Amino acid sequence: MTAKTLYEKIWNNHLVYEEPGKPSLLYIDRHLIHEGTSPQAFSGLRAEGRKVRRPDLTFAVMDHSVPTKDRTLPIIDQDAKAQFDALEKNCKESGVRLFDMNSKNQGIVHIIGPELGITQPGQTIVCGDSHTSTHGAFGTLAFGIGTSEVEHVLATQCLVQGESKTLHILVHGKRPKGVTAKDIILAIIGKIGIGGGTGHVAEYGGQAIRELSMDGRMTVCNMTIEGGARAGMVAPDETTFAYLEGRPFVPRGKEFQDAVERWKLLTTDDGAKFDMTVELQAENIAPQVTWGTNPGVVTGVTDRVPDPGSFANPDDQKATERALHYMGLKAGTPIVDIPVDRVFIGSCTNSRLDDLRAAAHLVAGKHVAKNIKQALIVPGSRGIKAAAEKEGLDRIFSEAGFEWRDAGCSMCIGMNADVLPPHERSASTSNRNFEGRQGRDSRTHLVSPVMAAAAAIAGHFVDVREFAVTEVE
Amino acid sequence: MKPFITHTGLVLPFDRVNVDTDQMVPKQFLKALTREGFGRILFYDWRYLAGEKPNPEFILNFPEYKGASLLLTRANFGCGSSREHAPWAIGDYGFRVILAPSYADIFYNNCFKNGILPAILKDSDIDQLFKRAEADRSYTLSVDLPNQSITDNKSLTLTFEIAPSRKEVLLKGLDDIGTSLQHVGAIDAYEKAHAATATMYAPVDVKNYS
Repeated sequence: MTAKTLYEKIWNNHLVYEEPGKPSLLYIDRHLIHEGTSPQAFSGLRAEGRKVRRPDLTFAVMDHSVPTKDRTLPIIDQDAKAQFDALEKNCKESGVRLFDMNSKNQGIVHIIGPELGITQPGQTIVCGDSHTSTHGAFGTLAFGIGTSEVEHVLATQCLVQGESKTLHILVHGKRPKGVTAKDIILAIIGKIGIGGGTGHVAEYGGQAIRELSMDGRMTVCNMTIEGGARAGMVAPDETTFAYLEGRPFVPRGKEFQDAVERWKLLTTDDGAKFDMTVELQAENIAPQVTWGTNPGVVTGVTDRVPDPGSFANPDDQKATERALHYMGLKAGTPIVDIPVDRVFIGSCTNSRLDDLRAAAHLVAGKHVAKNIKQALIVPGSRGIKAAAEKEGLDRIFSEAGFEWRDAGCSMCIGMNADVLPPHERSASTSNRNFEGRQGRDSRTHLVSPVMAAAAAIAGHFVDVREFAVTEVE
Repeated sequence: MKPFITHTGLVLPFDRVNVDTDQMVPKQFLKALTREGFGRILFYDWRYLAGEKPNPEFILNFPEYKGASLLLTRANFGCGSSREHAPWAIGDYGFRVILAPSYADIFYNNCFKNGILPAILKDSDIDQLFKRAEADRSYTLSVDLPNQSITDNKSLTLTFEIAPSRKEVLLKGLDDIGTSLQHVGAIDAYEKAHAATATMYAPVDVKNYS
């Protein structure tokens, strides 16, 4: 037998139908849906008189537009309300389990999948959201799809899919203190570029990846799509199994032990070939800050805003000029001299308990700087919110001048009231710094939770390694 | 879906790399319940100033490009969010063909669900098309999908890449779901064969989790 990659093993395990020269029919184990990209899919089904084939394998949640303030108040945004109502109706009619905005398990779709144990190694998972790559942290083949494909999966529990190329990303060595999973993935995207992984499924390995917690691995896999690869995976190991044991949707007792034995087989065989390999040394990675309008334009916190003229390619020169103009930045400005207006710690990238603990540890006993107009902490799920409150993190944040909010996508995408105003600058733990992403004409800098927390305290970017770091994850 | 065989139309040269789907359809328009009417808001933040006044500096608002149906652009078009609203907006605006050296995966896929041809051309061919389109603001191209060729009226002929299975989808205007449902027997068989390891496929009954 030829040596296979983890991706090839999962692919083969899910082939329903194949024909030479054509894309295959791939079985989907878990289909996650949310209010934003599903209503047209249900309408399409209805128009054709089709039914949801496996409502038991479909899970719905409200996350993109939910308010993060008091949910007992009526929803003011009528368009958002219409989507919530549609999701509720669609789920009720088709028998799909829904975590609505008042459920104690509500949260961002890519946070609650793993948190509830819906996500398990070896599965195929899809969702009408590009950050579905998050679930790959469990050794799962997970990727985002469009609404027509959501409809296809609802109707067939399968997806028409061509095989991807494989990309091996190895991060060797030990991660320095103050350098987080977010910095690792930003450094990777900076190296390969935002289209570097197009057409590929990535698998991460190396000491620095192995030593990450599940929360950290999810951060890395989450932003894989920002490097162009639709899916990113980490082979499951003892860290994975320990995380999953006892979670609500994970089997118990002997069934769990049997599952672990199967999950242990989910590794890339020695000698398996990847189409492309990228290697980094963790020791060389500094805390990262993006300076432009895509996640690939990123640099170490001790660097400066680059000069458009320093790029060889004329397209890059033009794009950099445009980005600096949009961002209101001058070439040559030290990153640490950039002042910040608002801080957002949240999103499916960085809103898990590890993230909140690290940020809370850093701000404990301090206070946000006077020039900071708002500092938001938005836990990724109500489960995380409750766990953080049990540890007293909410009080630490509140005493430091942060707002402690309810769970949702919030200012990562600004579909609810949490919008970054025009020309204001954020230190944000989210995943995209595209023009207008957090609000029209808003200026986003992507950073890790500790870097965001430190920027909130200092009022500008600072090197978190020099900023009272003791045990920073 | 409407089949795509040939198309002739005006080219709009959109000289930007890495155009992401957030630009095509900004977040505030993701709260719709239908697929229709997105053409008006395509590239909203670039296209409109305050009060929805058309931005005269944005190329979609140039009067000479009214009615353009081929979008000529640069690498990694459609990166970022998976929102299918992006190709809905492009199609509803009137574009039937995109010409670029590369596309982001999810966006590329989504185009085929909406009868839009995302043609992949060599970098040097894209450069040449930009030169011609920028020199002549009424530059038109004819696209022939069966022959995978693009021609102008000045004897330029280029070819583009497309996988045979993708080509068939557009040529026949195939409904993916209908095609897949022809294999319902294989889906049934797959589910039966994997019932033994059902913990990987069927959720544990957790009544309290809603």
